[in-house]
Amino acid sequence: MTVFGHLRIGRTMKKTKVQCVATNRVDRPVFGEAVFDLVRRTACELPADVEQALRRAHDEEAPDSTARMILASFLENMVLAGEKQVPLCQDTGMPLFFVHHPPGLSHRAMRRVCEEVVVRATREEYLRPNAVDPVTDRNSGNNVGKGFPGVYFEEWDNDPISIALMLKGGGSENVGRQYSLPDDGLSAGRDLEGVRRVVLDAVRRAEGKGCPPGILGICIGADRGSGYTHSKHQLLRSLDDVNPNPALADLEARILREANTLGIGPLGLGGKTTLLGVKIGALHRHPASFFVTVTYMCWEHRRREIRIEADGTYRFTG
Amino acid sequence: MIELSIPISEEQILSLHAGDAVAISGIATTGRDAAHKYMVDHLIEGPRPLSAEDQRLIEELKTIYRGGAIYHSGPIVRNVDGRWSIVSSGPTTSIRDEIYEDKVIAAFGLRVVIGKGGMGPRTLAACKTHKAVYVHGMGGAGVTNARAMVEVLDVFKKQEFGLPEAFWKIRFDHFPGIVTMDAHGRSLHEELGKTFDDRLAALLRSG
Repeated sequence: MTVFGHLRIGRTMKKTKVQCVATNRVDRPVFGEAVFDLVRRTACELPADVEQALRRAHDEEAPDSTARMILASFLENMVLAGEKQVPLCQDTGMPLFFVHHPPGLSHRAMRRVCEEVVVRATREEYLRPNAVDPVTDRNSGNNVGKGFPGVYFEEWDNDPISIALMLKGGGSENVGRQYSLPDDGLSAGRDLEGVRRVVLDAVRRAEGKGCPPGILGICIGADRGSGYTHSKHQLLRSLDDVNPNPALADLEARILREANTLGIGPLGLGGKTTLLGVKIGALHRHPASFFVTVTYMCWEHRRREIRIEADGTYRFTG
Repeated sequence: MIELSIPISEEQILSLHAGDAVAISGIATTGRDAAHKYMVDHLIEGPRPLSAEDQRLIEELKTIYRGGAIYHSGPIVRNVDGRWSIVSSGPTTSIRDEIYEDKVIAAFGLRVVIGKGGMGPRTLAACKTHKAVYVHGMGGAGVTNARAMVEVLDVFKKQEFGLPEAFWKIRFDHFPGIVTMDAHGRSLHEELGKTFDDRLAALLRSG
């Protein structure tokens, strides 16, 4: 997996264009159109599993409650955004692309396509300009900057290219946390019970600030940097899937059940549903380290996935 | 649903209580991180005399905010033939403006602060002293909210702050929200926070 932290667009790319057969398919306009469609749809339409989870949450709240009124407005917003094809939320977040590709494809060429697509999507008001230079405080105005958008690559043996996109809002990103176990204050040791304790603490601390009911992506282990990246990969999983690791599947179910007894509810104003899902992955750790990394996703979990064939045809797979 | 029309009187504010659902109508502005920092650093506490540009801005804002509202939001906007409109505009997290909001309420006579996630003790105290309320908007419901932002009348500091951070002067029509901090010193966020703490403690005991 490679994360590019540097911007390479325009002239630089043209000069260094990699001449390999597979790159041609990325350069063709149909490829860019497919990625643009991915961005547009991700910004305007929630995935079916998230919509179903919100409907369930709505039906579970008492008829005249604030929680139900809030969830009803969420559902109405979803319908309106879909009808008008406008962004569900004004914060279209930081676009994060997760690319699986066959061998021999230029990462720089694919990154350039992602950048060109977000520039166009920003111009056409599917994305809000969100890339701010932290030194000068200037907004680049087109969602392209150093390390922005995020593009992650992984090679696979399949011929199609799969691209998953997540639009990661700032409010929810701000309430993510990383714990180093043991944690004295929470009596959290270096085991799954320790993980449970710190994750529940993270949900309490996030309260209404991450726009609940949220979805947690969690990584146990790894180094600090990979922990955050892997926790975001967990958020690409469907809400309805079951973790293949039985111990983690049990932990996901337990944390989901227990977090929903906290009473935080929609937008933190009280209610039965505080979380819609918990997704946990584990990476090997250094003997001295035991990190638990929690990424918080808001109720408006905008993620979509497309699969682009070698001939440029594509379909949504998530 | 309680209807609030700008300008809002002190009596109306005093009749509101944490938990009330409201619908706000009238002219107000958006304003988030950059706007609050600028108002305090330059317009409220900056050296006098103000520059001609700042003088115009402060007078404009005083007219809008007296008995009025500020909305913590960074909208997605559209410009067709020189006319702006709001595409999507839900509330942003308010607590980032906690160090500024009490000064803004005091200086401009704001009656309503709209945002999400609630604010802290400084803002709560300012709400009590200056008779204002904090209204929690529907976080994430950008399109539903934009529907209640019916007309863009002007924009200030667009170049300097960028589109999301500028002051957008907007006519609101039945903008929905819930009073979560009232002028009587009650904060729903504070009260609920104690419940969340108790329940977390119970879960950790049962580990």
